[in-house]
Parts: sequence; structure tokens; C-alpha cells
Amino acid sequence: MNFETIIGLEVHVELKTNSKIFCGCSTEFGAPPNTHTCPICLGHPGVLPVLNEQAVDFAMRAAMALNCEIATDTKFDRKNYFYPDNPKAYQISQFDKPIGEHGYIEIEVEGKKKRIGITRLHLEEDAGKLTHTEGGSLVDFNRVGTPLIEIVSEPDIRTPEEAYAYLEKLKAIMQYTGVSDCKMEEGSLRCDANLSLRPYGQEAFGTKTELKNLNSFSYVQKGLEFEQARQERVLISGGVIEQETRRFDEATKETILMRVKEGSDDYRYFPEPDLVKLHIDEAWKEKVRAEIPELPDARKERYVNEFGLPAYDAAVLTQTKSMADFFENTIQAGADPKQASNWLMGEVSAYLNNENKEIEDVPLTSASLAKMIELIEKGTLSSKMAKKVFRELITKGGDPEKIVKDKGLVQISDEGALKDIIIPLLDANEQSIIDYKNGKDRALGFLVGQVMKLTKGQANPPMVNKIILEEMAKR
Amino acid sequence: MTEITKEQIKHVAHLARLTFTEEEVEAFAKDLGDIIGFAEQLNELDTEGIEETTHVLDITNVLRDDVVRDSLDREEALKNAPAQQNGQVKVPKVIGD
Amino acid sequence: MALFDESYKALQDRLHKKDLSVTELVNEAYENIKKTDGSVHAFLTLNEEAARQQAQALDAERGHSQATLFGLPIGIKDNIVTKGLKTTAASQLLANFEPLHHATVVERIQAQQGIVIGKLNMDEFAMGSSNENSSFYTTRNPWDLERVPGGSSGGSAAAVAAGMVPFSLGSDTGGSIRQPAAFCGVVGMKPTYGRVSRFGLIAFASSLDQIGPLTTTVENNAHLLQAISGVDAYDSTSADVAVPDFTKALTGEVKGLRIAVPKEYLGEGVSAGVKAAVKKAIAQLEALGASVEEVSLPHSKYAVATYYLLASSEASANLARFDGVRYGVRKEADNLIDMYKKTRSEGFGDEVKRRIMLGTFALSSGYYDAYYKKAQKVRTLIKRDFEKVFENFDVVIGPTTPTTAFKIGEKIDDPLTMYANDILTIPVNLAGVPAISVPCGLAEGLPVGLQIIGKPFDEATVYRTAHAYEQAANLKLAPSLEGVNA
Repeated sequence: MNFETIIGLEVHVELKTNSKIFCGCSTEFGAPPNTHTCPICLGHPGVLPVLNEQAVDFAMRAAMALNCEIATDTKFDRKNYFYPDNPKAYQISQFDKPIGEHGYIEIEVEGKKKRIGITRLHLEEDAGKLTHTEGGSLVDFNRVGTPLIEIVSEPDIRTPEEAYAYLEKLKAIMQYTGVSDCKMEEGSLRCDANLSLRPYGQEAFGTKTELKNLNSFSYVQKGLEFEQARQERVLISGGVIEQETRRFDEATKETILMRVKEGSDDYRYFPEPDLVKLHIDEAWKEKVRAEIPELPDARKERYVNEFGLPAYDAAVLTQTKSMADFFENTIQAGADPKQASNWLMGEVSAYLNNENKEIEDVPLTSASLAKMIELIEKGTLSSKMAKKVFRELITKGGDPEKIVKDKGLVQISDEGALKDIIIPLLDANEQSIIDYKNGKDRALGFLVGQVMKLTKGQANPPMVNKIILEEMAKR
Repeated sequence: MTEITKEQIKHVAHLARLTFTEEEVEAFAKDLGDIIGFAEQLNELDTEGIEETTHVLDITNVLRDDVVRDSLDREEALKNAPAQQNGQVKVPKVIGD
Repeated sequence: MALFDESYKALQDRLHKKDLSVTELVNEAYENIKKTDGSVHAFLTLNEEAARQQAQALDAERGHSQATLFGLPIGIKDNIVTKGLKTTAASQLLANFEPLHHATVVERIQAQQGIVIGKLNMDEFAMGSSNENSSFYTTRNPWDLERVPGGSSGGSAAAVAAGMVPFSLGSDTGGSIRQPAAFCGVVGMKPTYGRVSRFGLIAFASSLDQIGPLTTTVENNAHLLQAISGVDAYDSTSADVAVPDFTKALTGEVKGLRIAVPKEYLGEGVSAGVKAAVKKAIAQLEALGASVEEVSLPHSKYAVATYYLLASSEASANLARFDGVRYGVRKEADNLIDMYKKTRSEGFGDEVKRRIMLGTFALSSGYYDAYYKKAQKVRTLIKRDFEKVFENFDVVIGPTTPTTAFKIGEKIDDPLTMYANDILTIPVNLAGVPAISVPCGLAEGLPVGLQIIGKPFDEATVYRTAHAYEQAANLKLAPSLEGVNA
């Protein structure tokens, strides 16, 4: 039997406000446990929430960037459940009136474009962090109350690759709009996935399983791939898929049963009486809309049209906002767009991939990259020497010209200086000249190599070539 | 009056993280049945098209600026906690739901 | 004349003329508490050391302080948080809880140099109408120690009635200020929803709760409300509405005042003694030049059911935070879920559990529309009843309670009968309007309360009416305190 895969993704993105959504505590990541708390986020008796305007603006901005319709009248609700990281035993969230609905994003997989629908985007508060130990669990409440948006996709995704592309695109959009860092390792972007299979042609969805503990986009893809195959095996062997929650195991790359869901959870949502309604008028919407910067697709198009980059290169450069910004800043600093693109797509990306780093994590600056490119174009640096300079720039940073000087890497392009080396060399190697004139091209290579050796690689190779030929012709 | 079963009482008690003896469950089934039965008088009223009152005041958009204020000292924040370890609140181990 | 029977103005004059010291006032409070609270049980926690220190400091400011509550002893209901001063909401579960901050109302009292004398007993988490649901002890009615003081602000009313403090704060969700004020013969005001910040009030039902003053006189009441009123950046539901000078309304003048008397408020179920006292009071207001007309608030009879569904639903969420994790008395167990269940089942009293169960049920899947949502719609109808009447009238007047104070133990086993006791006060909370209970005589030796209900944010007219009546009737009711001792 042939099955169609249906995937839905639920993504939580922490918003980059300074303070929490309902109190003035800092949202900064990485503080010692329980140092960013107050009676309000600790859910002490008698406290009340007051909504952070920036969180609403960010949620609206995100929703708009995802092509959502923005609610004119919206509100918050209480979602009731007991857990130690949920201090009030209810989470303030949005139930039936999310801030954004009916959006979509466009993804591209194997050259084919596809639109993935966004069911809803709503604003809520994050929970704390629980660490399980032998003798019990420990709770850190620092993260409680960090503003969070939950983005739920339509069941439009059909393959794990599409899920990956969706997440990459979603992350790029969130970063471009400036609403979040989207650092999975810091938990500022988190993803749950669900997957079900149905025979081709069948309209009704099959029973879905939910995947948790997906700590990177590639784990999402791998988890879904595993789950897709597992469900297929079960169905083919005549088995039934249980509605359950499964955990992705990073070591075995398998999904493991966490718990079977019995019916739906009863969260007893009801309107939050401690917060007043939100009325978002056109003026407010327009104010936020005006704050949305150019999004990845638009930038990509501009790079193709304005800089003449190939579509593929433009797509890679715009995948993250930081890379695209870096690219543009390099051009601003005077570099040729194609050269800048080549370096970023080549050496820079290779280094970042290797080190598992982002462009903002390395000391290389757009100004220094531009300077280096300029030195290459002027002929001061050979491409071979440039690689040494680049290595220095990306690991330690600094000024390319100074590095060139300090390391004595300046290319010898001075004709007089080169002649001073080449003429004695030819005098000493008459046999090579004879060989060359007899048609042995290798002899030229040998001579050039000798010059490079004598100059410790600093001689400008095309010039060395040219001078040797000229000088030999004279003999 | 309205019938509320013991199973319903137990389910609701679990949602509310409460536990009762069998006698208490029985008493609650009766009490809640009486109260819910009493509440059913509201069905005498036709409320078709009537909006719900969540807030008596017609206030909208009460917002605060995104400004960081001082948090509590950790010692103060955890002062009332029944158990703590390494600057964190300690709870018994989580099993099942 | 007992010190606490003197008027606000007299006390302030004497303090600033140095004819009286703050220390003497504070002494008076603690002496009276020592004399009477052994039988009344109004206080749960005293703030004696801090209060005496504050009194000493304030004595140096006599003659120049401009603070409006300068040196006045005030009792605080124990569901209003006080920094460093134990706050339990009369629950075992919070027996050891020390708040990390003051409620906004406490901040405002301190800003006006009022003195917090101690924390007052109540029904656990403000759930109850008799104070019998305190998980520590039952406050007694100073008029008859065998009777309840009312609830849930029973301690707040009894402490004022017994002369322990001239001022107290209570909270009112369905009548919890007005009903005990009526039972104990004091003045109790539930302000308009949104008039007073709820920040620091341990929530029972967030959309109904409101803090208000209980005092010996209407004038005192207006002064205390003045000090605590006004928008608060920490409470999104506090209204940004100008607070008028309430005392300016205390003119004694009610000529032309249009009074509505709902026929539903004087129907069956209201005792003959209460009816008589209330009718007499209304006649007195008429004699002062007010016009009186009978009206109907047709949805009144649905108020109790509506209230219990909505208040319990909100309470089920508001009380979920009492889970033994961050504060309170944890009952240890070897896993989390058992710890939750043990802590909550052993920590909460029966009535609290009953309401959590009712609220959880009303919100649970499959019942939400039939109960919670339905009740919210009926709430709209009840609110509209008032809006309609207020198109043509300035105040609505009736009794505060159907009967006078009942005996301890009389109704505790029958929740529905107990709930029915609040039938006259509950509609006011559902509509969010202000209402006062002012003593209007005795029935069989027990105080009767006259309830005066006003338009939203028109506490001034409510005070004007109550004050005019109080001055004209000149009842000066006080319990004999026979048999009351330490």
C-alpha cells in the first residue's frame, strides 16, 4: 500500500523583549537560576499581570510577516494545568481569538515552490525550567513569563524535507523581523511535530503521533523520517497507530514512546479576568506594519536583480538575516558583490559549518572582508596568501593590511624588484632556457617555482611569468 | 436534582489535584448535584444573542512599557519555598502526568 | 466618649494640636484587642511592634503632617498581602506565608500614614458568609457571641463593631463587606469594580473582587476609601477614572434624590424585622426630601446561581497556585502528583474544596457552554437591570441581608441555604456597581443593614445618601459587649 504523509508543526518562538510579558523582570538568557524573578512571575498570592506592549507589537509583526490576518479584537485566556514550572497553575495564553490567523509561508524544495498555511499565531507566556535529578526535580523560574508566540501550521507539509524547509524559512522570517534570536540551543525557538499517514486518495487523516525533544531542525527531519517509516511498517503489517507522544532520541536517531494520550487534555480555558481586552485598530496595525523590514524572499530577489547573483547564491546568502546583513555591509564597505558572495559562500561558510558557528560568532567583520577583497584586486595579495589572511581574520580578527605587513605577506609586484631576482636566476639556469626554447614547457614552470621559492611565495605569479618570458626572449 | 456520578467527581477532583475518600466523593456528588441542579434554573432564560460579560468595565489596551525593573534577590525569592537546592525550588520527582 | 467613637475630624484635630498622641491611639487599639478579642477572635495576626514604632515616629510629625490617615489605626483583612507580616487568607495552607511586598492598598495607607494594627480573620480565601470557614477559628459577632459576624470579612466587621479599631479593610466578592457590616452594625462599602486596586488582594473571583473600607461612620468610610482609590499601574482592571473628594458629598442634603426600591429586595425570604427597619429608613430619607419609587430588577433571582458558577470557576484557577511548590505548607509525598493532592486536600477546608470542584466542573470540557458561558450571559442581563433603573434613579435601596446575624452552626451544613443569604448583595458584584451597608436599627436586638447601591463610579452619591440617613437617624448603635472578655 502507498501512503501519503501529513505533517503539522507547532513552533514556539521567544520574543526579544527586554522585560517579561507580564512583569518587569529581565528576559536575558543564561542568568543564575531564580535571579530574574519577582512575586508576579513567581505567581505569589495576590499578584496581577500587566501586558508588555512590545510583546504585542512583536507578535503582530511576526504574524504580519507570516501573512496572517491580524485580529481587531482579541483577548487572553487561562489555560489550566498543574506543573512545577507553571507557577500559577495556569498559563496565560490565547484560546479562541489568536492575534494572527490564516497566514502562509512559501518554501522551496528541490526547486519547487510550495505554500504552507499557518493556522494561527498566538501570544502567551513561557514556563520555567525543570531539571530532573535523582532525589526530585529542581525548578528555575527565570524563563517564566518570557513572551512567546506559538505558530501552528496547517497540515500542508508532506515530507520531512518540507518540514525542514518550513522551519528554515520560518526561522529566517522571525530573525529578519527582529522579533527573536531563534536560538534552538537556548530554547528561544522550539518545535513539536506531528505526523500521520493515510492511503493516497483517502480524505480523512490517519491517527497522528506527536514528536517532542527535537533540538535541531535536522533532528526534526530525522525524527519525522523515522516516524514516517515506523508508522508505515505498523500499517503495512496490519497494525494500528496509537495516538501518542514520542521522544526523539538523539543517540539512536529513533523515536521512543513517552506516553499514550487518553482523549484530549482538558485545559479548561476561560477568559483571563485580570487582563482587559485588546483592541487593535488600523493605526496600530499600520504602525507595526511600517516596522517590518525587507523579508528574505524580497532580499533574495533584489540580490539577483541588483547584484546579478545566481538565484542559488542569493538564496543561500539570505537564509539568515545575519549573513545577508553581513553580505550587504561588505558591499557597503566597497567590495565587489560577486567577490563578496564568493567568499561568503565559499571560505566563510565552510569555516562556519566546520566550527558549527554563526557569522555573528566570529571576529571577522564585513569591513575587514571588504578590505581583504580590495587587497586581492589590487594585486597586493595573491589568492594563496589571501587564504592565510582570511584564516587570521576569521579566527582572531584584525586589520588585513596590518596582518599582511606583520606576516610579511605583501605580494612582490614591483617589476624592478622581480627582475633583480629573475635575471640572476636565468643566468644560473641556462639549460632551462634552452629546454624551454626546445618546446619543453615544464622548464618555465620550474623557473617560476624557483622565483616563488626565493620570494617565499610573495612574488606575483602572473608578473613572474610575464618577466621570465620577456627576459628569455631577449636571450 | 441533577445526577453527578462518583466517576465524574473523581475526574474533576483529579483535574483540580484534590483527593477524597469514598464517603467524601459521595457527599460531593450530592452537593455538586444540588448546586448544579440549582444552577439549571438559568436555562429558564433565553440568552440567545446576549453577549457574555467577562469584564464589567469597558476598558481596553492597558499596556506597560518594555522596561526592566529589579528582580528579587534569590534568597528573598525562595524564602517561602518549602524545599530548595542549589538556588532552585525542589519538588518530588515527576512521574506520569 | 470612647476614643474610637470620636469623628475623623476630631481625632485629626486632637492629634495635630498634640492633645492626643498616635501612641495613645495605637495603645487604645491594642488594649481593646486585649480586652475583647479573646472572645471575639477578630484578629489572626497582630503587627504590634511595628505599629508602636511607627506611632512613635509619627508623634514627631504631629502638627505638620498633611497625610489624610495620619496616625489612624487600621485593621487589614488577611487576604490582603502585607510585606513581612504573615498573610494566610485564613487558610492552613498559607499558615506560614510571608509576603514579599505590600498590596497597593497597604502602600497607599502607609503613604497616608495610617497604621496597620493587624490582620483580620475571615472565611478561608473569602469563601463564606459566616466566618465559620476560617481554618483557624470562627470570629464571633460582638452583639451576640453565639452568632456569626457574617462573612467573609467577619473579622473586619467584628473588630470595628467591638471598638478594637475604628477602621478596617475588607474585600467583597458577593457581599463579603456589606453582609458582615450589616450583621455587626457597622458601615461597609464595596466600591465600583475598578475603583480600588486589587494588586495584593489574594484573588477569589477576579472579575468580582473589590477591596473596601469598614468603619464606624460614613465619614470615616469616605476618608479611608479616598486614600485607597484610584488607578494602579499594577492592576490592569483598575479604572483610570478621576476620584472625586468623597467627603464633599457629605452634606446631609438629599432633596430631590431619586430612590428606587426594587420589589424583589423586599419580597419573601426577607424577615419582618429587617423589612420594618429598612422601610423606616426609606421613609426617613423620603422625609428628608428624596423621592421613592418601587422598581423591578427582574433577573435578581438568577443572581445567586450565576454568581456561584462564575465565582467558583474563577476561583478554581485562582486557587490552583496553592500547590505546595513555591510557598505555603507542603505535605510531602514521594512523587509530585501525590504531593499536589495531599497538600491541597489537607490544606484547603471543605467549602474551598467544594467551590474548586464546582468551578472545575463548570469549566470542564462539555460543560463550559452550558454553565460558565450561560452564566456570563445571564450576568449581562443582571447588569442591564441596573443600567435600566439607573436611567431614572440616583440610587437603589433595600436591605443588605434577608435576616439578621444567624447562629453559629445554623447553616454550615447546607451550602444552598448559606448561599441564599447573599441574594441581596450578589447582584451588585455581578453588575460591578458600588454599594454601602449602613446600620438602620435593630431587629430583635441585632443590627440591620440598609444597602444603598449607586451608579458605576458614583460612590459620592452613595455616601451622600448614607451620610444623610445616618445623621438624621442618629442611631449610634453599639454592642453592649456584655460577656465579652479576654
